[in-house]
Amino acid sequence: MILKGENILKQYHHHGGLINALDHVSFTVGKGDFVTVTGPSGSGKSTLLLSLFGLIRLTSGTVFFDGKRIDNISDKHLTDIRKKSVGYILQSFALIPYLTTIQNVMIPLALEKIARREQIKRAGEILDYVGLSDRMEHLPRELSAGQQQRVAIARSIVHRPSIIMADEPTGNLDPTLSLEILDFLRKINQENKITIMMVTHSPVAAEYGTMKLHLNEGKIVNRKS
Amino acid sequence: MTISKLVLIELWKRKSQLITGLLAITLGIAVIVAIQSVSIVSEQNVARNLDNLGANILVLPQAASIDDYYTSDIDAPTLPMDYVERILTSTIAGVDNMSPKLTRRVKVGDQSVVLTGILPKSEIASKPLWQSSGLMGAELKTACAPTQTANQSHGMEDKKLQRKAIDTLYSEDCLVGSQVAQRLKLSANSKINIVGKEFKVVKILSETGTVDDDRIFANLKDVQTLLKLENQVSAIEIMGCCNAISEGLLGQLRNILPDTRVTTIGQIVSTQIETNQLMKKITLVMLIIIFFVGGISIGNYIWANVNERKREIGILRMMGAERSTIYKMFLLKALILGVAGGILGFILGTLAGVILGPYLAGIIVKPVYLYLFWSVLLSVAISLAGSLFPTYLAAKFDPHSNLQED
Repeated sequence: MILKGENILKQYHHHGGLINALDHVSFTVGKGDFVTVTGPSGSGKSTLLLSLFGLIRLTSGTVFFDGKRIDNISDKHLTDIRKKSVGYILQSFALIPYLTTIQNVMIPLALEKIARREQIKRAGEILDYVGLSDRMEHLPRELSAGQQQRVAIARSIVHRPSIIMADEPTGNLDPTLSLEILDFLRKINQENKITIMMVTHSPVAAEYGTMKLHLNEGKIVNRKS
Repeated sequence: MTISKLVLIELWKRKSQLITGLLAITLGIAVIVAIQSVSIVSEQNVARNLDNLGANILVLPQAASIDDYYTSDIDAPTLPMDYVERILTSTIAGVDNMSPKLTRRVKVGDQSVVLTGILPKSEIASKPLWQSSGLMGAELKTACAPTQTANQSHGMEDKKLQRKAIDTLYSEDCLVGSQVAQRLKLSANSKINIVGKEFKVVKILSETGTVDDDRIFANLKDVQTLLKLENQVSAIEIMGCCNAISEGLLGQLRNILPDTRVTTIGQIVSTQIETNQLMKKITLVMLIIIFFVGGISIGNYIWANVNERKREIGILRMMGAERSTIYKMFLLKALILGVAGGILGFILGTLAGVILGPYLAGIIVKPVYLYLFWSVLLSVAISLAGSLFPTYLAAKFDPHSNLQED
């Protein structure tokens, strides 16, 4: 087990009332799993993904990562876990617009204060791995959507995380590019044994999961392994 | 890639914003540097000019009248010569030159004249108006600001420092004021009998428009002997540094010469003090305005930058950037702006002072390189102070909500 959530509750104040974005959700993710989380809009998929490592603070519930409880630790420690062990891929690619491809990929390594030479070596290798070795000095705006998402993927794995949290990674891509990215994520999952937890709207993308969670109104209503 | 490099890349890629942010602080620092560059030269000018007016402190016996500053030594009670040594051996700073003198009205023929015994070297030094009289001797040194170096660095020669004085005035020799010479029909090398002793006129002093025109100057020791007032003087004229006077020189002199009256020309001191204070007030007011205006401008710029980069902050926080990293990003940017603003402000302000100084204040301004250090320090302080609050808010942003910003 790499990630475990127990009775996760996330409540929002809305028009004077409380809304349960996540309503006592529990799940367990094993090392090397490819978990897909599906559900209609507003079902709490993204909230679940972002809350597990502290990007959204939980109302209650417990989260274990690598056997250690992380829902009650300080922001500094959660930040440290994100920096070393988690990679994020977002629907909007989340690249820094004024940095080149390789500079974007080097950011997680820079945050870990890895030496510049090592940063360049590892970022180069990863960009080669995602097929963008000829686009290293391009700015994000000079890349296609598919290429930008591959840069985001490269950035999410360059620091060799234990788990990748992907929030609608194919949401901005056409079906062909979506399949390309999904295949790529599967390749990362299988070749590098990196656990992936992916939120998606797409039934096709959901099929890539070795474990599938379906949420509705903040509750897991279906799970398949 | 480092966070510092990220900051530099961001600054470079958003040059137009950088220029806007830099402009406020650069102009602010430039104004301060320009005012200071002009005012320091102006202050030194005033000090130099006032010093060049000559002796400005008069030490008289307690019983002497000071109704008229310039003639108060005539027939005044006496004080011991030892007082000169007392001043010389003290640690009081700001005494440029001393001129002990003994003055009495005497008869020359049927004419009444004022005879003043002087120590030639010090007397000449304390009378700038005698400078052009062609007297030769050793160069005098001064302890008073503005120093020769300071003035030279501003393109001005302090003539006082190059004044020549006669080393000796022989017992048979005397200098005669222009009015007395006219009245007694004296010329150079004439002989004159004063209180039974014959003197040779070595020089008719040029007209100065002062009481000196009505005096005959002879060696102090001779005058003391002649008037039977050995080791006595009627006054000690002191050329005190105007800055030192405004900082309490008179009080210090009174402490070591308790039974004397130590007086000065109030107008000289007050002019010096007023000039210095006015300059200091203007600079202080400008400093306060610029601190607030510059700080607010930089704060506004950083705040706009923070808002523009909310999403980027969110991305970095998502990837594991600590709050301290966000602080570092924006404060480093403020630091760079501060350093650049300080350097540019110094250059601009100095140029403004050098170019406008001669036109606006009639003075020659030269760069004061020490101001570069203070400009950068002030600029960095303003920039950091203005950036602290926006940076604090940036570090406090919720990463999740920022990730949703598009």
